[in-house]
Amino acid sequence: MNEATHNHGHHGDAHAPGEMEGHGSRKGYLIGFLLSVVLTAIPFWLVMTGTLSTQVTAIAIIALAVVQILVHTVCFLHVNTRSEGGWTLLAYAFAAVIVLIVISGSLWIMYHLNTNMMPVVQTGMGS
Amino acid sequence: MFNEPLAKIIFGRLGWESFPIHEPILLVTFAGVVVLGTAILVLVTKYRLWGYLWTEWFTSVDHKKIGIMYIILGVIMLLRGFADALMMRSQQALAFGANEGYLNAHHYDQVFTAHGTIMIFFVAIPLVVGLINYVMPLQIGARDVAFPFLNNLSFWLTVAGALLVMVSLFVGEFSRAGWLNYVPVSNLQNSPDTGPDYYLWALQIAGIGTTLSGINMVVTIIKMRAPGMTMMKMPIFCWTALCSNVLVVAIFPILTAAFAMLMLDRYVGTDFFTNDLGGNPMMYWNLVWIWGHPEVYVLVLPVFGIYSEITSTFTGKRLFGYSSMVYATVVIAILSFLVWLHHFFTMGSGASVNSFFGIATMVISIPTGAKIFNWLFTMYRGRIRFELPMMWVVAFMLTFTVGGMTGVLLAVPPADFVLHNSLFLVAHFHNVIIGGVVFGLFAGIDYWSPKAFGFKLDPFWGKVHFWGWVIGYWVAWTPIYIVGLMGATRRLRHFDDPAMQPFFIVAAIGALIIAVGIAGFLIQIFVSIRNREKLRDTTGDPWNARTLEWSIASPPPAYNFAHTPVIHDLDAWYDMKNRNASRPTSGFSPIHMPRNTGMGVILSGLALALGFAMVWYMWWLAVLSAVGLLVLSIAHTFNYNRDYFIPADEVTRQEDARTRLLAAGA
Repeated sequence: MNEATHNHGHHGDAHAPGEMEGHGSRKGYLIGFLLSVVLTAIPFWLVMTGTLSTQVTAIAIIALAVVQILVHTVCFLHVNTRSEGGWTLLAYAFAAVIVLIVISGSLWIMYHLNTNMMPVVQTGMGS
Repeated sequence: MFNEPLAKIIFGRLGWESFPIHEPILLVTFAGVVVLGTAILVLVTKYRLWGYLWTEWFTSVDHKKIGIMYIILGVIMLLRGFADALMMRSQQALAFGANEGYLNAHHYDQVFTAHGTIMIFFVAIPLVVGLINYVMPLQIGARDVAFPFLNNLSFWLTVAGALLVMVSLFVGEFSRAGWLNYVPVSNLQNSPDTGPDYYLWALQIAGIGTTLSGINMVVTIIKMRAPGMTMMKMPIFCWTALCSNVLVVAIFPILTAAFAMLMLDRYVGTDFFTNDLGGNPMMYWNLVWIWGHPEVYVLVLPVFGIYSEITSTFTGKRLFGYSSMVYATVVIAILSFLVWLHHFFTMGSGASVNSFFGIATMVISIPTGAKIFNWLFTMYRGRIRFELPMMWVVAFMLTFTVGGMTGVLLAVPPADFVLHNSLFLVAHFHNVIIGGVVFGLFAGIDYWSPKAFGFKLDPFWGKVHFWGWVIGYWVAWTPIYIVGLMGATRRLRHFDDPAMQPFFIVAAIGALIIAVGIAGFLIQIFVSIRNREKLRDTTGDPWNARTLEWSIASPPPAYNFAHTPVIHDLDAWYDMKNRNASRPTSGFSPIHMPRNTGMGVILSGLALALGFAMVWYMWWLAVLSAVGLLVLSIAHTFNYNRDYFIPADEVTRQEDARTRLLAAGA
């Protein structure tokens, strides 16, 4: 915190923009809060009432979780195209790509784990 | 009977039997360390250097001093890692047929584990981070990194990790599970000893340091470039440093998470990486290699940057294809995330998985090959000066290309089924790491030493160093390629087939030639310091170089740049020289700088205590140091006395001294 201030100090001429950005309004936080509450309440409701089948419920929960991540990103982390001259968004997109590669790659690999292992029980390319 | 449980509470599982008094090799080493350590302590005390070391170095937040300390750490650990290498080479040269050699399996397993762990985490990373630390802020015209205290803390955390590995030599034992501490060998039931715990705690502590340093460097490069330096006018070394540190920030958390799960397995009895309750050891391999493959590029990308700077300087030409070099670097950084499975093709995956990762691996050789051509075209029709740094570049291109080609060979999954875990693979990665990373780090040390210390390094001993490493590399690793193709597997301390022995003897001779090279390096440093007046450079630009760090005095003043430079062209210093830009000699103002702090040393000391306590189950010490870490980290955030001004008079005095030196030289 202090280090940042300090660096602006001895580079005082270099950059003032970027300083004031990244602080949301009360309205933004309220919208984010309400959306988060709703997006949390729906999965609870789905599970407690059992309206949908187990598998569909699971998929719905994951989908709502992803939406909630986006809500947090926009409303609480203030990631948008303008903050820090676009670097925040670029960093966020990079992180998203890496997480996607790591998770989907690991799932693919771990489900493929035993394809070439003995004993072979199934007849063909079942999976 | 009263003492037994009390000792258990105080010392955990540490007892007299934890000290390896039955291992004569370790006893002799320990005696050597004690003698040498005492000698150093006595000398430092005699010449009253403690205060100087503490105020000027240990507590320094100056990126230049931290960079130098990183490099010293890397060189010291190189000696330890190389001693392990010599032990392995001599053991394998001896142990054939009835001869069992001199290392038992238990000890040999620790030696190869320690060798790999030390060489990657405590030699390659500190040297790379050290060079980035020293050079990058100077190249972008900054006065320090973005978070100077964090930089100091990162360094000392790395030292704490290194110390923990070194302690394991004499207290207890180190891991026997390979340099990535593979499960199931490192599971609790297979390794109930302290080995894997030492490994995990050492790397977790050092890993936090590396992650923090990565964040620091990324922020520095993005936020603190001199005015006018757009991304595409940034020196290529800074670009490679940026990509490398972005990778660090992306991958080290994965390694930390994998190690944390293994720690939970070992300490709390969870089953992430066992075969029970849905655990899976292969998940550990998967996670550590998601870290492990990009890590290769964390090390090699900045080194590619070093080669680029040197090639451009010593051929007197602008780097050929700067933008293609930038794109190649970015593409390599991204592709490095798509290849990790090639480290375990033989795990059992089907054809689609293996071919995807095989092809992705081969694709990486395209941008890498483009880089080689860029360097060749930079040299083409240039006035090449074959000084030491340039010699390393040529040796690198010849050596690394061979390593790259064997890499493409290994990327073919069917071929990998034959070569997996063979010595051919071991020869391949030593080929690219020695021929790529190590040569480049030495090139960088030869190239930037005049900047850091104000004198060039001695060229004769530098050549001994150079030829020792280059010839030694080829003599040591060519036979290993061959025995690998003959079917020798890695991590074996004894072979039966006597036809292989001559190859291992040649390899051992090669290791001795490398030892000559390392000795040449140490003598080179010693001789250069002794003859520093003769090797002195007063211009600050001994190589007629092109980037900003050569525009200031050598060694640079604490504040680096008296006036923040304004950048108009890619090779900023070359551009200034061309336009006969004159150095400002007056109108200096006070310069705002970060203040030194001992908190980095203290926090790292506590981290070391925490690691040691957890390894030995000394719970009281673990709790104490963990609480200490937390309290002091928070307390430090309330320390607002963190900056000071270098008065204008002092700046004027230092800049006037440089003006006089330049006038005397001209």
